[in-house]
Amino acid sequence: MLPVKEGKAVRSSHRLRWASPFFNALLPLAGMLLALLIGAVMLLILKVNPLTAYGEMVAGALGSVSGITQTLVKATPLLLVGLGICIAFRASVINIGGEGQIIVGAIAATWFALTFRTWPGWLLVPSTLLVGFASGALWGFIPGILKARLRVNEILTTVMMNAIALQLMNLLIRSVLMDPAGITSGTYLAQSERLPEQAWLTRLIPQTLLNTGTLIAVGLAVVVYIFLWRTTIGYRIRAVGLNPDAARFSGINVPFNQALSLTLAGGFAGIAGAIEVMGVQHRLLEGITSGYGFSGIVAALFGGLHPIGTIPAAILFGGLLVGGDKMQRAVQVPNSLIDAILGLVVLFVVGSSLWSQRWAARRQMDAIKHQEEQA
Amino acid sequence: MNDVFQLSVIAGILTSAIRLATPYLYAAIGETFSQRSGVVNLGVDGIMLIGAYASFYIVLITGNIWLGLLAAIIAGLLMGLLMSLISVTLKAEQGISGIGLYMFGLGLSSLLFKTTIGTVKTVTGFQSVKIPLLGDIPVVGKIFFDHSLLVYGAFLLIPLAWWVLEKTTWGLQIKSVGQNPAAADSLGVNVDRMRYTSVCIGAILAGIAGASLSISLLNLFQENLTAGQGFIAVALVYFGNWKPQGILWGALLFSTVNAFQLWMQVLGVKIPSDIAIMLPYVLTIAALAVATNRVRQPAALNKPFERGES
Repeated sequence: MLPVKEGKAVRSSHRLRWASPFFNALLPLAGMLLALLIGAVMLLILKVNPLTAYGEMVAGALGSVSGITQTLVKATPLLLVGLGICIAFRASVINIGGEGQIIVGAIAATWFALTFRTWPGWLLVPSTLLVGFASGALWGFIPGILKARLRVNEILTTVMMNAIALQLMNLLIRSVLMDPAGITSGTYLAQSERLPEQAWLTRLIPQTLLNTGTLIAVGLAVVVYIFLWRTTIGYRIRAVGLNPDAARFSGINVPFNQALSLTLAGGFAGIAGAIEVMGVQHRLLEGITSGYGFSGIVAALFGGLHPIGTIPAAILFGGLLVGGDKMQRAVQVPNSLIDAILGLVVLFVVGSSLWSQRWAARRQMDAIKHQEEQA
Repeated sequence: MNDVFQLSVIAGILTSAIRLATPYLYAAIGETFSQRSGVVNLGVDGIMLIGAYASFYIVLITGNIWLGLLAAIIAGLLMGLLMSLISVTLKAEQGISGIGLYMFGLGLSSLLFKTTIGTVKTVTGFQSVKIPLLGDIPVVGKIFFDHSLLVYGAFLLIPLAWWVLEKTTWGLQIKSVGQNPAAADSLGVNVDRMRYTSVCIGAILAGIAGASLSISLLNLFQENLTAGQGFIAVALVYFGNWKPQGILWGALLFSTVNAFQLWMQVLGVKIPSDIAIMLPYVLTIAALAVATNRVRQPAALNKPFERGES
């Protein structure tokens, strides 16, 4: 049973931030509702009927096969970025660099698939994915090692790495990676050549964008779950996040594990970039990230920083993004509204963690009282 | 002839550098107040966007630059209250709250821009005011004493912030809640109120930083106008060791690099613009790596305060 010694159990329960799964699942939903409510007020100010707008959103995301597949296609990068966020946040490292990591993953995957275009598909597809992972991991490793060695704030460095990656992509798709067809025809479109067909991920449903990348992402969610809860390294990463001092005293190398978690987070975002190129766009072009690096954070927070919980959360926010685009077309409300709502969801979800902590503390207190009564 | 050309280019770079330092100075000094009280506000960029939009829109419809500035201040204050509510009252993780605030500010400013303005327009914002006598000095006068009021204000803010933080009781209280909130609390300082005030001062200054872009330096508004300058401002606080004078040098270093980059493009020097735009960000990472000095960081930075917690 619980260790019952005065108030000590209660104090230690403060550390159990992610306890009480039921409550933790309920609070984000309440935060989401509040954010949508504020969104409704904004819609009213814009003289749009919120019910019509939200109706269009739901219908757009879920009302048709094409809507559902689009939702899943958008959920894929959100899930992959979110998995990385789960690992990083569990180690108390905040990775804002998803955007940049997706971009370098996409750049490297494009370059690799075009360079080794003669390779057969069974070899090219996995190695391209791996290159995407490795390059994203490198982009996460730089802030990671700076944090570990020099204690440089990783939030700031990951933001700067985003800007650097974006400019790098802009430079490359206008120079060495530019589509030769665009140069000969004189259009000079800022995009790469089309990837060779054997590097494409298989489309699951014909006439839609849904591809095997989604299955890869779900599979990786299970892998991350096993990694975090069934392996020693995963245990160490979580221990670093739960209580860095205790982890240090028990001989865990805190900086190393934080750098490792950022590297892995970058790797998952890098795979997301590779999948966008190999499964959806089939080439590298501007705007490939669509803000997934940020919305992936929302998905992970919403999923309680649990890899499996992030799956439904990613689908929910994928639907919100798809629905937002449909809403923009149907009732002429800019889809920036969705970005604002996502920001509010983040604020409310992290803001509500106080209640989940207090609730966990109270539950523990009740358990103690209950035991005292029995004694 | 060649020498005159050189001198005029250098003078031009320095003049631009002084102007471009303005938003960094407002935002970074504001963030210093916030961080000295123990709250990392990463939403600076989002607040700047809202401030930039609010001031631009008001100037566009009223033509009154002072009303525009007031709008930026009010918008900043509201964003500051939201950040304080989440990070001080609800004791949320500050880093993530700030990112939420940034996303909200970016989304809301884009939404409002698309629905109320639509296309990129320009306004007549704050005009250059030449300071008598000083402004007539050759070269130097042009570089330092021929700017808009918001630019002068940014530079006057440095000694003012230093005075408030180092020489007033109130400044001491702000620093005490950032250093040891439990001790400050036991001496009767209201920790939450000090943090609310400091975060809101920071947010108001971030709002003014946005206004300095939209109604003084550029006189226009577009989506994501700030392009991450708010994040660089936060980095400058670390770089400047949480001291106004340190921030001044950091801001000038950055704005000089930026001005140099812009002038090189104007002069047609062949550097791809993408690499030139990349420079300040690479510089920020390098600067952080060199300058990060955890010893001077406010001890309670990033730590929510709750009474009775040791």
